[in-house]
Amino acid sequence: MDATEIGLWGVPLAILGGAIRVSTPFIFVSLGEAITERSGRINLGLEGTLVFGAMSAYAVAVMTGSPWLGLLAAAFAGLCFGLFHGWICKFPKVNDIAIGIALMLFGSGLAFFFGKPFIQPSAPDLPAIPFGAWSDIPQVQAALDVNVLFLIGAALAAFLWWAFRNTRAGLILRVVGDSSDAARAMGLNPNTVRLAATGVGGALAGIGGAYLSLYYPGSWTEGISSGQGLMAVALVIFARWNPLGCFAAALLFGGAGALGPALQSVGVTQGYYLFYAAPYILTLVIMIATSSPSRSLAGAPGELSITK
Amino acid sequence: MSATISKKAVGVETIGMTMRFGAFTALDDVSVKVSTGSFHALLGENGAGKSTLVKCMMGFYHPTSGDILVDGREVTIASPRDASALGLGMVYQHFTLVPSLTGAENLVISREKVPGVIDWRKERAALAQFMERMPFKLPLDVKVAELAAGEKQKLEIVKQLYLGRSFLVLDEPTSVLTPGEAQEVLGLVRAMTRAGDLTVLMISHKFHEVTAFADDVSVLRKGRLTGTGCVTDLDHRQMATMMIGDQPIAALDSRAEPKPDAEIVLKVKALKAPDRTGLKSIRIEDLDVRSGEIVGIAGISGNGQKEFLEVLAGQRPRDAGEVTVRGTAYAATRAEARALNVRLIPEEPMKNACAPKMTVAENISFRTFDIDGNGKPVSWISASAIRSFSARLVEQFKVKTASLSSPIASLSGGNVQRAVLARELTGEVDLLIVSNPCFGLDFSAVAEIRARIMKARNAGAAVLLMSEDLDELLELSDRIVVMSDGALVYETPIAQASVQTIGEHMAGHH
Ligand SMILES: Nc1ncnc2c1ncn2[C@@H]1O[C@H](COP(=O)(O)OP(=O)(O)OP(=O)(O)O)[C@@H](O)[C@H]1O
Ligand SMILES: [Mg+2]
Repeated sequence: MDATEIGLWGVPLAILGGAIRVSTPFIFVSLGEAITERSGRINLGLEGTLVFGAMSAYAVAVMTGSPWLGLLAAAFAGLCFGLFHGWICKFPKVNDIAIGIALMLFGSGLAFFFGKPFIQPSAPDLPAIPFGAWSDIPQVQAALDVNVLFLIGAALAAFLWWAFRNTRAGLILRVVGDSSDAARAMGLNPNTVRLAATGVGGALAGIGGAYLSLYYPGSWTEGISSGQGLMAVALVIFARWNPLGCFAAALLFGGAGALGPALQSVGVTQGYYLFYAAPYILTLVIMIATSSPSRSLAGAPGELSITK
Repeated sequence: MSATISKKAVGVETIGMTMRFGAFTALDDVSVKVSTGSFHALLGENGAGKSTLVKCMMGFYHPTSGDILVDGREVTIASPRDASALGLGMVYQHFTLVPSLTGAENLVISREKVPGVIDWRKERAALAQFMERMPFKLPLDVKVAELAAGEKQKLEIVKQLYLGRSFLVLDEPTSVLTPGEAQEVLGLVRAMTRAGDLTVLMISHKFHEVTAFADDVSVLRKGRLTGTGCVTDLDHRQMATMMIGDQPIAALDSRAEPKPDAEIVLKVKALKAPDRTGLKSIRIEDLDVRSGEIVGIAGISGNGQKEFLEVLAGQRPRDAGEVTVRGTAYAATRAEARALNVRLIPEEPMKNACAPKMTVAENISFRTFDIDGNGKPVSWISASAIRSFSARLVEQFKVKTASLSSPIASLSGGNVQRAVLARELTGEVDLLIVSNPCFGLDFSAVAEIRARIMKARNAGAAVLLMSEDLDELLELSDRIVVMSDGALVYETPIAQASVQTIGEHMAGHH
């Protein structure tokens, strides 16, 4: 069987598969960023963290033969980047956005430096669960081959959504993000909370990077990230700081990104490359449609420097 | 869970408390004793150091020197958490509730021991039970940002009681409450002090509250303790003297005769604008303000006065209608405001009229920094001109600030108001739009500001005054208009004004 046999059904299938495959790094980075921004700080450095995470996961997986150890290494590297960002930002008069941009370049540069020897060797992949095994159509099988990280990401989104309302840590995070004064009056130290939140955010971004190098596309190259780390930051705003929204936005974004390749695969030969821009156009359109000149962004943490 | 309000009261005493901000001494060797189970009032003019003193007690500031005794034992309070562990709590002058959290979330998270996972069903039940003991109802399931100012203030106080405090500081707790609400709230804490459950230290500018509720009073002046004693031994005049010394209090200019044929300066016609919820709208059918008169707008807060002011200030778009000043359409641009001499004193001046992190000098110069003496735009902004201009105004309006280059956010509540007044009342004023100008000001400042508004009126300015304080309106206005449910519902010249009728219209009983 081939693409022509299921005909145009191939397009939605490919979009679904693409959404699942492409969205995973977005899910992790945007959830990480959602945690960081909910604490009142913005970390633009996640792009660098993502790339460094991809490199370190790949390197450790090559050396140890275990993708899971690679994943841990990426999370740990991300944690370090996050903590570093959080630590610098606690000094007075330091701007979190500027530090983020510096760290973005620093992370990528460092990854390229350490990653040179790992461009050739191949590393073991993270496992996927073949949910499509019941079907004997290869497209269905391909689309429903779901990586475990995607499932973990989905569960994490639901968990965070619940935790922001129902746990002490979640409420403390929101308090700090919304009003430093209130937090201090409660005896909380906003800097400590933000440090932790930036650290966790970095670790999640590192995991997103591990997915890139250990599953899809599944190898370490210097062009491994096409700005996922930055787009994820936009996704968080787009999702109004809601973890479930982040998950949905990541899926939407992944699906839109799969539109171009899907059209190409069913034999559209002209103009399909325009659809490669679909995710960005979609984001712009939705951003414009959901914003209002008379209201400030609903749900924006009060201490965030971009909405203050 | 510790949501009990029956705990033993504790007394707090400060000994030789001194606090310096840089070279500026905000507190100078202050020793105050608040005895167990008493209701103690702390008086003082704006910037006297009242908030600073109580913030030192709460561990929010670290005093330069001095000690704190709790129940006679010396303690170190390094942070609000330490204070809270000792049973000390405070309602700050500026709200400290978290706006995006609901009331219930705010209450629960501020508790000392919060379980890792919160069982909301249990918490809600406990909160409902606790709220039954309060003399008023509060919606606990909406975001604090959506509550009215009075509700927020009540929630702040309820929060402290919920936390089971033994010693409670209230920093100007009633400034956003209606007299009825103030009675409720202060009556509640008063009863608790009588029962020995609580000690209260209240900062206030309202003498009548002090006499009605407090047992003892202490007075600060320029960072020094100038007097302390039993409320029953002191009358208002003695308290006033302790606060400001023998300075004369500004007297209101006598009212120049209004001319009925004076020029109409502000004209509002068929104005329609969305209110803050976006669900309803405010409609101002017809309002004229003539040169040389003060038109007062009365109303219970939340009836559209704020939105009306925002439209006039250019902060809120209007759906329909026209606003004209001297016959020219007015859309509140900077150029129009300058050409037509329109000045604005909004409420919450820190939020609506200041750039908090910019300096006092810069904030005072917002209207004038880019023009020279003849109103021509300058090509080069002169820092020294800004300094000398603002130095003159700071002097003239008695703004107390550590220096001209301190950020305006470091000023005490009342002094921010003075700084804004200084900026808005200087120069030629044809139309003055004012909202709650005396919010949080001490009595001598109130007298002075009212005198300045009256002076502007007598000099020919048209004044639109919105206030929640009916006494203020009755004292200043030539005409009073009542706003209720987004519309102007009643108008009366001051000579025929009756508090009774105005009150009925305010409550919407007509
Ligand atoms: N963080 C700070 N940095 C510098 N100066 C400060 C700071 N906090 C307060 N001050 C100054 O200390 C003085 C006392 O301020 P404080 O807020 O205690 O006054 P207050 O008595 O509470 O007045 P109000 O009635 O207006 O609230 C003021 O002159 C203020 O400018
Ligand atoms: Mg104060």
